[in-house]
Amino acid sequence: MRLTCPYCGSRGNDEFVYLGSADPVRPSHHDAPAEQWTAYVYERTNPAGAHRELWHHSFGCRSWLIVTRDTRTHEVLKTEPARDAAHTSSEVAVP
Amino acid sequence: MTRTLQPNRLAGGGLIDRERILPFTFDGRSYQGQAGDTLASALLANGVTLVGRSFKYHRPRGILSAGPEEPNALVELRTGARREPNTRATVAELYDGLTATSQNRWPSLAFDMMSVNGLAGPLFSAGFYYKTFMWPASFWEKVYEPLIRRAAGLGRAAREADPDKYDRSHLFCDVLVVGGGTAGLAAALAASRSGARVVLCEQDFLLGGQSLSCNDEIDGKPARSWVQDATRELEAARRVRILTRTTAFGLFDHGVCGAVERVSDHLEAPAPHAVRQRYWKIVARRIVLAAGAIERPIVFPGNDRPGIMMSSAVRSYIERFAVLPGRRAVVFTANDSGYATAQALKRAGAEVAAVVDSRPKSVQRGAAESVDAPIVHGGAVTATRGRLQLRKIEIVDGDGRKREIDADLLAMGGGWDPAVHLTCHLGGKPQWSDEIGAFVPGRLPAEIAVAGAAGGRFTIAGALGDGQRAGNEAARNCGYAANADTVSTVEAASGPANGAPFWHLGHVAKKCFVDFQNDVTAADISLAACEGYRSVEHLKRYTTLGMATDQGKSSGVNGLALLAEATNRTIAETGTTTYRPPFTPVAIGAIAGYERGKEFRPSRYTPTHDWAAERGAVFVEVGQWYRAQWYPRRGEKDWLESVNREATAVRTAVGICDVSTLGKIEVTGPDSGRLLDLVYANAMSGLKVGRVRYGVMLREDGHVFDDGTVARVAPDRFFLTTTTAHAEAVLRHMEFCHQVLAPSFDVSFIDVTDRWAQLAIAGPKSRELLGKLLGSGFDMSSESVPYLSVSKLTIGDVPARLYRISFSGELGYELGIPADFADALVRRLEELGEPLGLTPYGTEAMTVLRVEKGFAASGELNGQTTARDLGLAELMSTKKDYVGRALIGRPAFIDPDRPILVSFAPVDHAAPLSAGSHFLNIGAPASLENDQGYMTSIVYSPTFGHYIGLGFLKRGRERIGSRVRAYDPVRNRDVEVEVGHACRFDPSGGRARA
Ligand SMILES: [Zn+2]
Repeated sequence: MRLTCPYCGSRGNDEFVYLGSADPVRPSHHDAPAEQWTAYVYERTNPAGAHRELWHHSFGCRSWLIVTRDTRTHEVLKTEPARDAAHTSSEVAVP
Repeated sequence: MTRTLQPNRLAGGGLIDRERILPFTFDGRSYQGQAGDTLASALLANGVTLVGRSFKYHRPRGILSAGPEEPNALVELRTGARREPNTRATVAELYDGLTATSQNRWPSLAFDMMSVNGLAGPLFSAGFYYKTFMWPASFWEKVYEPLIRRAAGLGRAAREADPDKYDRSHLFCDVLVVGGGTAGLAAALAASRSGARVVLCEQDFLLGGQSLSCNDEIDGKPARSWVQDATRELEAARRVRILTRTTAFGLFDHGVCGAVERVSDHLEAPAPHAVRQRYWKIVARRIVLAAGAIERPIVFPGNDRPGIMMSSAVRSYIERFAVLPGRRAVVFTANDSGYATAQALKRAGAEVAAVVDSRPKSVQRGAAESVDAPIVHGGAVTATRGRLQLRKIEIVDGDGRKREIDADLLAMGGGWDPAVHLTCHLGGKPQWSDEIGAFVPGRLPAEIAVAGAAGGRFTIAGALGDGQRAGNEAARNCGYAANADTVSTVEAASGPANGAPFWHLGHVAKKCFVDFQNDVTAADISLAACEGYRSVEHLKRYTTLGMATDQGKSSGVNGLALLAEATNRTIAETGTTTYRPPFTPVAIGAIAGYERGKEFRPSRYTPTHDWAAERGAVFVEVGQWYRAQWYPRRGEKDWLESVNREATAVRTAVGICDVSTLGKIEVTGPDSGRLLDLVYANAMSGLKVGRVRYGVMLREDGHVFDDGTVARVAPDRFFLTTTTAHAEAVLRHMEFCHQVLAPSFDVSFIDVTDRWAQLAIAGPKSRELLGKLLGSGFDMSSESVPYLSVSKLTIGDVPARLYRISFSGELGYELGIPADFADALVRRLEELGEPLGLTPYGTEAMTVLRVEKGFAASGELNGQTTARDLGLAELMSTKKDYVGRALIGRPAFIDPDRPILVSFAPVDHAAPLSAGSHFLNIGAPASLENDQGYMTSIVYSPTFGHYIGLGFLKRGRERIGSRVRAYDPVRNRDVEVEVGHACRFDPSGGRARA
């Protein structure tokens, strides 16, 4: 398997570490309803098709990436830096 | 010409080196072969046709094929540590001194006691594993399994460690061509001429494939000359890499191909410093699969006798190896390629007693007329005779008349099956083609194409045209302009074509073998179908069809055809089983490569390793690290005496320990504090410059992840340590927090674990020692260097940092210095410390000291404990958000019954404790319901004079002073212990603050 890191180019999968789905968004506050936190920490879907997932380029530039992969064919549809995608979602509230 | 004693070697022809004679032995007897032989061709040249016994029935078996699909001719190659079972004689290259032994027979090949299994046939029929040995279950281990293992075996592996080296390497190219036959050569030529970077893999030691064994012409010259010219051109091309003796065994996602190159398997032993095999990971933008086709046997009674061979193999042995495998032959064929075999036999001087063609006369074309031999139209072979070697064949002609023919060779060919194996590795499903009567590759990813016989185009013209097209297309897709040159022109119609498929005789007689290696017969398949095994996947597992080391390369399609017929379906409806990597067996050694023994993972040494080794340190492996465990001294009777001395030295004088293995991260930028506030449960942004704080990190689920110290060295610069075990995971987690959770924070950080050495200097005399090192210019007083502070300083010209932190409970420091200076520093400290009793201490003494203090380490930070469990509840901030905060209040986490950290001492001070013990109330039976918690760390404490332990106990804090039992059924211990505060030694902490 190969992934194309936006910074480093096409690299072998042994350079990357997998985390899991990139879809759950961290609730904006620790006081958010327990259901939201439970969903963020524990609940994952298992789609047959496009799956957004977090990969870390551990033996490369150490960027967290969001890889969109078709779970049926392993075709990689998109690879983007997680920091870019994160800007568009709500950011953690830190006093 | 050198005269040799090879009775079946032809006087001329072949691609062997007649000048180079290679002596070898088989089952202890000496023979001679030629350079260019395989073990199989050399055995046949010497008239050896019986080479093995079958798996279940121990039937005599000969050489069936001339390629990697061989199911019968499996031998143990080499001796001693290099002995390798199940080596296919048909691909084992002959070398000077080769030693091979037949397997799966006792006491000898010619007389095998176990062949009585043949008489007990029904015992081993379909599903015998499931039916025969069902009851009683206890018989499995003691009776059935040893019996089956002795009766059915596949050679013996070497008992010694593999003495050879293996390599692993990467290759990158535009176009990878798998298979160096005519189609593969044409593809490689076309791609190369376009300018593409090409890798060509061929499992054989020669390029050319089937064209080495045929009598056809390409471009008006013999096919072999064309192969030579093509090889020469490819060898001269700068951007082409040819890998012979290399099997592409698997295709993986995104253009990755796994291949094994047998670098030294054709030698008795690898040359000095050479590897035995090399595992290639080939990354290609486009892949052309030109893996050829495999000839299909015919299922008829007694089709497994030595002397019965694939028709194409007979041609190979004659044309390529100049070996005549029999004197009087019968050809049994379902297509025109049988006639080419008959011609080759005639040319080589054999008598062709008959060509039995399964097709009626009306179907045949010109091929029949080209052979001067009796032809039996619409005929079949109905029986064979000869105990260890074929002697007679019974045939039936198109009119149903039977007769017997004397023959010592039967060449059979039921048709050709494209080698679709690699096309399935990415999920492709082979499709049945009625046109060619075989499975062809299914849907493939865009970067993969198939050429030649592998795609069902069996003629040489088809292979060449196909190969050229695929090569050009692949190069064009990589951005190279297609080349207009044609790689060759050839008359159509040459080469074999499949006729209507011919599987078997239409009635299921005894001993019609389908899978030769696993002894699966047509009757077994009918039986399985009768018993309801309609799915091919079930059939495979129930009958073991296709489950041997050859994975049914020659048997699979026949099995499917029989199942289809037995269940009244078409073959297309029946489908195939799934072909998975590897295509042929791959040695574990090749996969491991150089990652063996101590090279399994990197070895990391602390900056003072040499110094510790000089002092006789005993080292312990902690992950990748080697750490000094203790430093034995002369006269000490065991490790405990050394550890007691070291721990006592820290409590009474001063000790030194290298703690450089801690993960170290430098965090900089205006938002450093904000990021650390997010990562740690306690607040870090408020830490004053020059101060140090103990910190705890949680996982988002509320469990403790890691702990360490955080030092603020400048307003926008922090230095933090992690545990040795979690160094990499913490860095990755912090990067996650920054990049994913808080990307707008202006902060950056870097792993400095290997850049800074860190030496712990601990004990009441540590201040005095550092004073001597740093001189009067540096104020070591507690006012200047208070507890939990960090100071920047220089030692000579070298920048250093002094952290006043203590993991021992004593007055203590950790001195940070660039790693390259650590060795000099430790030697200097040793000199200065000698009058103070400075003692090097290892990880054992460090553990003693921290358990006496109740400090948590890996046993307690086990991924299942919370900060509250560890007694650190008050440390968690209530004023900010941080990773893990939301879920720490879960009911289970705040259950008053939840075990929390306390310490334990045996009531009988002589009693030892053990980690992993579970706590029980006095008098309670040992059961899960009575479980009160568990022990995580134990040490012998020289300070207290008995064992002490740390562990998690239900309502532990309320039970201080009471007694429970530490129950350890593994070590047969049941020790009454007294519960104490986690920190047993100096609970006020006055010593560290002194
Ligand atoms: Zn990268």
